[in-house]
Amino acid sequence: MSLTLRQSAARAPRATTRLLHGLVGGSAPDPGLETHLDRWGGLHHQPNRLIEELEASGLVGHGGAWFPVAAKWRAVAGASRRRPVVVANGAEGEPASRKDALLLLRAPHLVLDGLALAASTLRAQQAIVYVPASSMPTVEAALAERRAHGLDPIAIELAEAPDTFISGQESAVVNALGGRRGAVPSFVGLTTIRERGVGGRPTLVQNVETLAHVALVARFGADWFRGVGTAANPGTMLLTVSRPGGPLVVEAALGSSLRAAVGLGEDDLDRTRAFLLGGYGGAWVSPRVFAELPVSEKAARRAGATLGAGVIVPLPRDVCPLAEMADVVRYMEGQGAGQCGPCVHGLAELAESMDRLAYGGRSAPHPDRILEICTLVEGRGACRHPDGVARFVRTGLGVFADEVASHQRRGPCTQTRAARVLPVEGQTAARRLVSRA
Amino acid sequence: MSRWSLELVLDPVACDGRGVCAEMLPERIELDRWGYPVIDGAEIPPALVEHAVRAVRSCPKQALHLVERAC
Repeated sequence: MSLTLRQSAARAPRATTRLLHGLVGGSAPDPGLETHLDRWGGLHHQPNRLIEELEASGLVGHGGAWFPVAAKWRAVAGASRRRPVVVANGAEGEPASRKDALLLLRAPHLVLDGLALAASTLRAQQAIVYVPASSMPTVEAALAERRAHGLDPIAIELAEAPDTFISGQESAVVNALGGRRGAVPSFVGLTTIRERGVGGRPTLVQNVETLAHVALVARFGADWFRGVGTAANPGTMLLTVSRPGGPLVVEAALGSSLRAAVGLGEDDLDRTRAFLLGGYGGAWVSPRVFAELPVSEKAARRAGATLGAGVIVPLPRDVCPLAEMADVVRYMEGQGAGQCGPCVHGLAELAESMDRLAYGGRSAPHPDRILEICTLVEGRGACRHPDGVARFVRTGLGVFADEVASHQRRGPCTQTRAARVLPVEGQTAARRLVSRA
Repeated sequence: MSRWSLELVLDPVACDGRGVCAEMLPERIELDRWGYPVIDGAEIPPALVEHAVRAVRSCPKQALHLVERAC
């Protein structure tokens, strides 16, 4: 498809640094409107053309589900006669993810451009940006600038996301924003949020990174978007890589080497016991598998993993992976919404089993018993929380089979008490170590 | 030619594991170790429809539904 949208004044970046254009290197970049307009040029709303352009671009959602954006927008547009609600979802529940926070801090206007485009294209009744408390100040300042310049077709509202793991799940977002779904977050199979969400209206919940990509497709077109990446996986995505010095956010061309994108050499691979991909609802892979993976969700799924929202955690060799896993599963159990029986009971049993495997000596359960619990929770929740935990456990028991066998034979290893690499809510790990001392 | 099939759908939030449904339709519903129904999602054949409807009606939490789907 030819570029039919009006070219904006600014030059389209040719490199793979798109969303992070102007944000990497140098001193702290200014998130203000003037800098944003200098960098990207103004925005021209062309509501009749944007969905086609998004479809031609091949843009998919980067909140973790990888759903095609154009198809989602069409579903919301066609859901009912009622004008929809559009939501920019910045609730980044994954403790190891930072990319959404970075965008909201450094490029809030790019995200808000995307939300404004969704609002004009879908003729939205209401537009809401939903972010955690830590991102509220910059977003609030950006909204004030936009109001002062009359930039948006409708006023964008700001809502605070609670600081919990599941706060970014589409159903939790709708509940938090006053969905009329009672206690039922997403009644799988009957109506969907796209049809009936916030206030009973059709609702588009779109991750903030995805909206930032939308803002660039609207400016520079589908052909430009496809200029990076591969035919099957066009464009770029943000990845958050855990590092000893703190998390690092990088932008990678889809289809390129994952290992090269996150800048890991042979030495780094040798020092790494395994990689966690996709966060705490994601999957463990061996360094050998990791080294061969492209930045592609399809390839990740073929390897039994997922890139999810782009979280990559290298787990070093000098920690106990089972203790790391046990603490994460305990954290995830506490982060459930507590609404579905199999999730409540299943995650409690999983956490208890992983605890005994990591810390409990000869009472360690056989891994097959743990896998049985995984099977009992998979696909049985109203949201994907239990499925994610099951995948985390299932893949971990496979990748760490040697450690599992050793713990069963000899009990906790010498590294069980080492400091934790995977971040969980402050005290979980520390409290456990004290209680087992 | 479009065809319709009947399937059982559980609302996992409403369900609190009373287990009445499994008594009414053991052919398609088992209880897990915590007492929550595990539902065989396959099409309900005509011979089972009456039992399925009874299972749906007997749920004290109205958590079980029969859904008609095009297939």
